[in-house]
Amino acid sequence: MQFYAGAAIVGIIVTVALLAPWLSPHGYADQDLLRSLQPPAWTRGGDWSYPLSADRLGRDLLARLMFGARVSIAVATLSVLLGGGLGTGLGLLAGYFGRWVDRTIARLIDVQLSFPPVFIAIAIMAALGQSLVKLIIVLAFVSWVQYARVARANTLSVREREFVLAARALGAGERRVLLRHVLPSILPPLLVVGAVNISNVILAEAALSFLGLGVQPPTPAWGSMVSEGRAVQTLAWWNTVFPGMAIALLVVGANLLGDGLQRGR
Amino acid sequence: MARYLAQRLTHLAGVLLAVSILVFLLIHLSGDPVRLLTPLDAKPEDVARIRSLYGLDQSIPVQYVNFLKKALRGDLGESFRYQRPAFELVIHRLPATALLAFVTIALTIAIGIPVGLWTGSRTGSAADWIASVATFVFISLPSFWLGVLLILVFADRLRWLPASGFESPIYLVLPSLTLAVYTTGLITRLVRTDVHDVLTQDFIRTARAKGLGERRVLSRHALRNAMISAATVLGLQLGTLLGGSVVVETVFAWPGVGWLMLQAIQTRDLPVVRAAVLVVGTAFVLINLVVDLLYLYLDPRIRYDYAR
Repeated sequence: MQFYAGAAIVGIIVTVALLAPWLSPHGYADQDLLRSLQPPAWTRGGDWSYPLSADRLGRDLLARLMFGARVSIAVATLSVLLGGGLGTGLGLLAGYFGRWVDRTIARLIDVQLSFPPVFIAIAIMAALGQSLVKLIIVLAFVSWVQYARVARANTLSVREREFVLAARALGAGERRVLLRHVLPSILPPLLVVGAVNISNVILAEAALSFLGLGVQPPTPAWGSMVSEGRAVQTLAWWNTVFPGMAIALLVVGANLLGDGLQRGR
Repeated sequence: MARYLAQRLTHLAGVLLAVSILVFLLIHLSGDPVRLLTPLDAKPEDVARIRSLYGLDQSIPVQYVNFLKKALRGDLGESFRYQRPAFELVIHRLPATALLAFVTIALTIAIGIPVGLWTGSRTGSAADWIASVATFVFISLPSFWLGVLLILVFADRLRWLPASGFESPIYLVLPSLTLAVYTTGLITRLVRTDVHDVLTQDFIRTARAKGLGERRVLSRHALRNAMISAATVLGLQLGTLLGGSVVVETVFAWPGVGWLMLQAIQTRDLPVVRAAVLVVGTAFVLINLVVDLLYLYLDPRIRYDYAR
């Protein structure tokens, strides 16, 4: 039930993001200063050509939300894949080879765990400077640990199982054993970690963009839209309320997905 | 116990050393730090003078050793902006952050644990369903947005509460509420699941069979078990909050470590950023150690003496 509800929410947002250039009535950067801070269509002073209101520069909020969805989804997906890949790889190596490989990677995990993730992401983004690619890398960098721990623990238990021993006895190389035998059997729990992690990554990206350390203007991101809206919040509440609702909706969807996966649908 | 503690402390020293390397490298991630300090049209000899003033003309390993030597004496360099020791600036902001963190955790415990216990002992009821939906929303809200909304409603519109700064205890209300929404959602869900799981186990049936009242079953058996995982998560959250919730502190202009760090970032005051990261990392590691020790008390099954 939860799984399908989550899949529906995330599915709709992903579709809107993909089709944004065709669905959106205006470009995300099109300004119409006469419509500056125009309220939503259903309130006095609004009209349906700008259904969810306009921002300070008279840009259509709906268009910006649609294009902003692209940022949230692209950043979340790519950094989960990157962080997941990195963490899984390191966890696999640590669990399979043990000894110094394991000790080194375990120490790396300890160091990474000695910082609150969003905090360290903020510090690194500040030092590196801001760009979309850096944002994805930094978010991947702060989330690999969770995958590494799960991958390591599961590899340890799979390593001595009969099918792995059999593959080795038949002369399969380390690489083949790792990629063809161990990896597929530890993948399901990692997918659950990924589903749980994705909502944290979405929230982290939104927070960084809100602080001005994430996606840079004019590219619209939901987090930076909230911060732009804050400057005019006493005049136009809708500028802050709608982007935040979009973030919350996507995170609810992602959380439902993760929860559903964890319970086996 | 003593041996376990000694082992943990040596381990801690190793981790902190690695943390210091990371923190040291932070300043070099941004490229040449001297370039940040000098205007673009600065004369080469001025650039060179600043470079040697901050010891940036030496090799990276030498710079690190110097950094570590100074750091061990509590000297993390001087703030570019305030011309005062960076470490001191961070330490001055720690009480405000700690106060906010403890109030948040207190709120979380006061609401999350009773609600979790109550709903966990009657899963499937209407109350449980409502609490589940509510806590699900709680953990999905972006904290900065929640903070902005609360300001919009309670400060801008209703004018009941102050929006920013810290002058009296009433200023704590909105920031701690903003932070507590997420942590309460998290803890309530955790305690509910744990209590539900524990209540189906044999020793609970035994406890009931020997005539123990339901209250006692819940408080002595179910809660005690649920507290073990709750303590881990509370510890992690406390650590994160002590690190200064940068985002929420910034929204409410809360004079803590997080807001200091963000301001330092915006003014490119790298020594302060570095000091903040080092202090937060250390605090976070220490809190996790305390939580591990707390397990001894909470879970008599764990005996660290026998652990490898």
